[in-house]
Amino acid sequence: MKLTINGENREVLKSQTLADLAHELDIQAPNFAMALNQQVIPKSKYATTPIQENDQVEIVHAVGGGV
Amino acid sequence: METKKEFMKIGDKTFKSRLIVGTGKYKSFDETRQAIEISGAEMVTVAVRRIELDKNKESILNHLDPKKYTFLPNTAGCYTLKEAVMTCELAREAGLGNIVKVEVIGDEKTLFPDNEATLEASKLLVKDGFHVLPYCTDDVIICKKLEDAGCTAVMPLAAPIGSGLGIRNPYNLKLILEAVKVPVIVDAGVGTASDASRAMELGVSGILMNTAIAGAKDPLKMALAMKMAVECGRLAYEAGRIPKKLYASASSPLDGLIEL
Repeated sequence: MKLTINGENREVLKSQTLADLAHELDIQAPNFAMALNQQVIPKSKYATTPIQENDQVEIVHAVGGGV
Repeated sequence: METKKEFMKIGDKTFKSRLIVGTGKYKSFDETRQAIEISGAEMVTVAVRRIELDKNKESILNHLDPKKYTFLPNTAGCYTLKEAVMTCELAREAGLGNIVKVEVIGDEKTLFPDNEATLEASKLLVKDGFHVLPYCTDDVIICKKLEDAGCTAVMPLAAPIGSGLGIRNPYNLKLILEAVKVPVIVDAGVGTASDASRAMELGVSGILMNTAIAGAKDPLKMALAMKMAVECGRLAYEAGRIPKKLYASASSPLDGLIEL
């Protein structure tokens, strides 16, 4: 399945949901968050949010920064 | 000497330190951690960015104890209301809390805020249950509007972000302090310790800084200098300075002088 993840074209093999995707991509950041097609998805719904061909996914985390 | 210390209150939280620090521009995570520890800050701002897929999985949060610090996710780098609101929502889902530093930048060169978009973003975020700390210009009217919009504090700049120019307009900060009841936190522009003291002497509730510490030749020493400067400035404010006068006023008694 082809997705756009963080602006990059990606092919994922096994993922059906956002939770699967985080697992397949091996996201290890202690705090990350995901948006699907510009909608922020609550963490509790990753496992039940399906992903489809051509979806746009954003995966973010905290980085050093000030103002 | 024991004096009763007033704490900084932001939303429902109380902070012993009035210094809020950023986590950018340090040479390493280790230096970040050490500088923040030395600064005594209890509130730490972080940016929210895309994870680099397939790359180093190191995170700043592995180096900052969440039990020790309150995170203040910021919307640095956002140029539109939509980006800023979405960044805050993502930060909350990422478990970074619901106190957010909202900035909507209006211009790349000055990094001055787009006050209009900041106000609109703040209104939406307040409605959504966030404690909003907006970065704004040192303008009484926008600060008043942000307070009326339900912001938890206002964060006027002292000088452009990262400029180190210090407190450019203390009189505006004074006016803001008179006009709003929410905490006033100086955000951006501090260059060295005396700038921090000067801001605190005006009576602001706190100061947020990043570059002044991270960009110093010795960030760890500067972190300590800033900690002390913020404390000194606050103490002087609480103590109440003497009024400025044009002429001298002797501090020794005039009685009992020898007569020749």
